Amino acid sequence: MNSSRQLFQYILSGLSNGAIYALIGFGFAIIHNATGIINFAQGEFVMLGGMLTLFFLTILKLPLVPSIVLAILVSTIVGISFERLAIRPLKNAKPLSLIIITIGASIFIRGAAMLIWGKDTHALPAFSGNDPIHIAGATILPQHLWIFAVTILIIIASRIFFNYSIVGKAMRACAYNSQAASLVGIDVKIMVLLSFVISSAIGSMAGIIIAPLTMTSYDVGIMLGLKGFCAVIIGGMSSGLGIVLGGLLLGLLEALGAGFISASYKDAIAFIILLLILFVRPEGLFKKKETERV
Amino acid sequence: MTKEKRQKIIFLVFALAILITPFFLQGSYFLNVLVFVGINTMLAVALNLLLGYAGQISLGHAAFFGLGAYISGILTTRFSFDPWLVIILAAVCAAALAFVIGFPILKLKGNYLAMATLGFGIIMYIVFNETVGWTGGPSGLSGIPNLHIGSWIFDNDLYNYYLIWIITIIVMLLSINLSQSRIGRALRAIHDSEVAARVMGVNAHVLKVQIFTVSALISAVAGSLYAHTMSFISPVSFGFNFSVELVTMVVVGGLGSIYGSFLGAAILTVLPEFLRVFHDLDIVIYGLMLILMTMFMPGGLISGIQAMAENAYAKLKGKTSSNA
Repeated sequence: MNSSRQLFQYILSGLSNGAIYALIGFGFAIIHNATGIINFAQGEFVMLGGMLTLFFLTILKLPLVPSIVLAILVSTIVGISFERLAIRPLKNAKPLSLIIITIGASIFIRGAAMLIWGKDTHALPAFSGNDPIHIAGATILPQHLWIFAVTILIIIASRIFFNYSIVGKAMRACAYNSQAASLVGIDVKIMVLLSFVISSAIGSMAGIIIAPLTMTSYDVGIMLGLKGFCAVIIGGMSSGLGIVLGGLLLGLLEALGAGFISASYKDAIAFIILLLILFVRPEGLFKKKETERV
Repeated sequence: MTKEKRQKIIFLVFALAILITPFFLQGSYFLNVLVFVGINTMLAVALNLLLGYAGQISLGHAAFFGLGAYISGILTTRFSFDPWLVIILAAVCAAALAFVIGFPILKLKGNYLAMATLGFGIIMYIVFNETVGWTGGPSGLSGIPNLHIGSWIFDNDLYNYYLIWIITIIVMLLSINLSQSRIGRALRAIHDSEVAARVMGVNAHVLKVQIFTVSALISAVAGSLYAHTMSFISPVSFGFNFSVELVTMVVVGGLGSIYGSFLGAAILTVLPEFLRVFHDLDIVIYGLMLILMTMFMPGGLISGIQAMAENAYAKLKGKTSSNA
């Protein structure tokens, strides 16, 4: 294999991973914008998406599409119960308490998944076969196309939702100023719940489309979640386009680093980038600096 | 009795109880468990200085524990350094690392701090796993010698018990003193409101870095002691799960309470040993503990039980007085 073809291959796998990171990052940003919480359990929804689809597909022997729909549905229910049981009762909690609670929820969900499905790593069958498509001398799997298509669809859909629908606009109003939003008659509680619904659904979707490529197990959530957060940090919390660019950039750097420097330090690369950006520009690469409110 | 005097008596009773416990125990199994309680207490106290006093979270503290363990393990097995010298060296290295990364990391607040420390912990975990030539990688590092003073070798559970617990008690004493000093008050001020603390003339950033450094130093000492008592270390003991376990110990015992850290460490070390179900369920239970404690007993077990007892007492008193 010549090196330019190899490079193309790295870029391709980097971009498809990056798309996934962007989707996970979206989940972080939606909840953060509605509540100010960083949901450390975000990665677990990604894990649930993959594992639940596998469960419906192989154990209940359902066809692919119903399995995916059910998996998203169940993950969303988990998201809703999490918000109702652990987040809503805590009004005016300190940030430290909220961090500890979402971490608790994260390891709780992961532990429950381990008890139910065991510690094995599983592969989800690809949506439309594994016959590689040849483009310009490099190969691309159908699953890559699925990832790009689904990601683009979700991004367009959420853009339309947040910019043109009444509910989406109401959610954005809550993000700017929840008190003012409630004064003009927006039910902030419902909007917070909705943010958990949307972000757990998007998270599990991300987990479902990546599972055929990277395998899935009970503990994939933490790494994917952290990398999604990393995408948000690169792109900035409030910029949808920034998160997409952040995810793609992270995916690319990771794939190139793994290919040309060292595959065993692949995961470390993402976290070194995370630390560097947090140190230098915690508000994101693509965002203007804000003054801190006390 | 003044508050200070009462605290001194509580501490003396605690220390005495710890020192005479081995006389009431039969078999080395329990002693062995208590050695781990001691190491975990040291770690929980160290994390509590940061999390409970200064209100700054670290989700990567297992990394400093691991750093101490690996520096001790590598230098004593591969280069036959003197173990005691290495403990000091390891502590200094961990403290230096904490000091250097502390400056940028502790500029971050809340969520960002949590993520950054988590990232740091994972990077260190990957390093422990991948530098196979030094650390032995995932299969671990074995043959780490026991500590010794002259010809007296700490090779049984009783000796190790006293070795670990004497150091743990010293760490606890220093931490209690720290909490009552000017620095402790300044840290609590940062915990409540960093802006207000800065207005009062507390150099919040430097102070946070300093307490982070102290905390890392204690964790590294615990790591070195762990390596020498176990003789075997592997990366699994120093990963993200253990960092979360440490946070759980501190939260269960109570943020800012040194005895609470002991209680949290004791509960989380002893329960898995005696409840077989705990082995499969441990992370589920830790998760539940974190959620339930934060929701219903944010002050931790010790102050929670205290409040409940006072409540019950007040009710009882109210009843009797209304009867009379």
